[in-house]
Amino acid sequence: MPKITYVDSQENSKTIEVENGLTVMEGAIQNDIPGIDADCGGSMACATCHVYVEEKWFNKLPKAEDAEIDMIDMAVEPKKNSRLSCQLIVSDELEGLKVTTPEKQS
Amino acid sequence: MIKTDVVIIGAGPVGLFAVHQLGIKGLKAVVVDNLDKVGGQCIELYPDKPIYDIPAVPECTGKELTDKLLEQIKPFKTTFFLNERVEEVKEEGNNWVVKTNNNNQFNAPNILIAGGVGSFEPRKLTTKGAEKFENKSIFYSVKNKDDFKNKNISIFGGGDSALDWALELSKFSKITLVHRRNEFRGAPHTLNEIKKLEEQKKISIKTPCQLDKIEGEDKIKSISIKYEDGKIENITTDFILSFFGLVMKLGPIAEWGLNMDKKTISVNPKNFETNKKGIFATGDICSYPGKLKLILSGFHEVALASVECFKRARPNEKYRFEFTTSSKTIQDRLGKK
Repeated sequence: MPKITYVDSQENSKTIEVENGLTVMEGAIQNDIPGIDADCGGSMACATCHVYVEEKWFNKLPKAEDAEIDMIDMAVEPKKNSRLSCQLIVSDELEGLKVTTPEKQS
Repeated sequence: MIKTDVVIIGAGPVGLFAVHQLGIKGLKAVVVDNLDKVGGQCIELYPDKPIYDIPAVPECTGKELTDKLLEQIKPFKTTFFLNERVEEVKEEGNNWVVKTNNNNQFNAPNILIAGGVGSFEPRKLTTKGAEKFENKSIFYSVKNKDDFKNKNISIFGGGDSALDWALELSKFSKITLVHRRNEFRGAPHTLNEIKKLEEQKKISIKTPCQLDKIEGEDKIKSISIKYEDGKIENITTDFILSFFGLVMKLGPIAEWGLNMDKKTISVNPKNFETNKKGIFATGDICSYPGKLKLILSGFHEVALASVECFKRARPNEKYRFEFTTSSKTIQDRLGKK
C-alpha cells in the first residue's frame, strides 16, 4: 500500500499507508488525520479537504479539472500548489506523496 | 406554541421526503431550515449539476430533484419555517419543545434531524483583524445597496456573486475586484460587462492576488493585496465585500446531548433514533455501521424513522404497514380519487 505523508501547518507529520483506489481525503478521514474536514463527503462542493501538494509531486499528479479549480477559489488561502484531496486517487504511482494541510479549512 | 407530530430540521431532499413518509402515515410535520429556500445542498451547492443515482431517475439536477420532491409532498400542505435555525431543544413530559432563533416554538413528540452537514453560513475571511471589522467594514452579503453608495469598495471572489455585485455597485461607487487567478467563473454576459467597465476605468481588476493585510482602527482605511509574485499593493478601501461561498456549521445541534461521532450523530439503524427517545437523525448527518452519504440512503432512513415517529405520536393506534398502490387511506391522504 502506498505511503502518504500528511503534514499539518505546525509541521507535525504523519505517514500512513492508504489503500489503492481510495482518495487522499479518505485516507485522512479513516486514519483520523486532523486538518481535513471534507464536509461534503467528496463531491467537490465544499473545499474543506484542501491541501498543498509538495512541489515535486504537484506536476506529477493528473491535472485538476475546471470544477476543482473553481472550488479551490473558495478554499482558505489557496496557493499555486493547492488541490482538493478528494480528487487525488491513491495508486502505486503516489508512493511517498506528501501533502500539507492549511491552518484551517473554513 | 405550535403543536405538531414531527419537527423536521432541514429542508434538503431527505427532510422533504420525510414529510412524505410521515404524511402517508397521517402525521403532520413542520420543517425548519436556516436557508431562505428549500432544497438544502441540492439547491445551494449543485442546483445545475447532474445527479445519476436516484432510483428510476436516470439523470436530474439538484433543482429538478427538489422541485419533484416539493410536488410529491404538495398534498400535505406543510408549513416551512425558512431563514430560521433551531436553537434549543427541551424535554417536556413525553414531548419535545423546540425553539428557533426567530422565537417560534414547537411542541411535538418527535424531532427528525435531516440537517446535512449543518447549516450554511458565508465563508469568512481569515486575514488578521477581519473579525473585528465584520458588519462594520467587512460584509459577506449586501442587504441594503444604499449603504454602499459613494464608497471605495474592494470585492473579493471570482464567481457570480462577486461579479454581479461589482457590476451593480460600480454604478455609484469605486470598485476594485480582487481574485486569486486571472480567470473568473461567471456568466459570459457578466464577464463582458465587467471588461467594458474596466476599459472605462469604472472597475479596477486585480489578479492574481489575495488579501494580505487590513488597516484601520474602528473602520477600515486601506487594505494591501499580495500578487502571486510577492508584489504588494495598497488600496484605499472603505468596505470589503467577500464572496467565497458557503461553509456548513453544525451549530447548536452539537449541544443537545446527542451521541456524536465527529460531526455526525450516532443512530440505531433499526429506526434511526438517537440516544434521546423521539429524536431521530437521518441523511448525511447520521452515522451507523456502513453508512453511505447518499440521497437514496436518506430516503430509506426517513421511511424507517417515520414508523417509530408514528408509534410515539399515536401511542393508542396500531401501526399497519400499507402500500401506496393499494391503500385507500393513503390515496385519500394524497388527494387521489
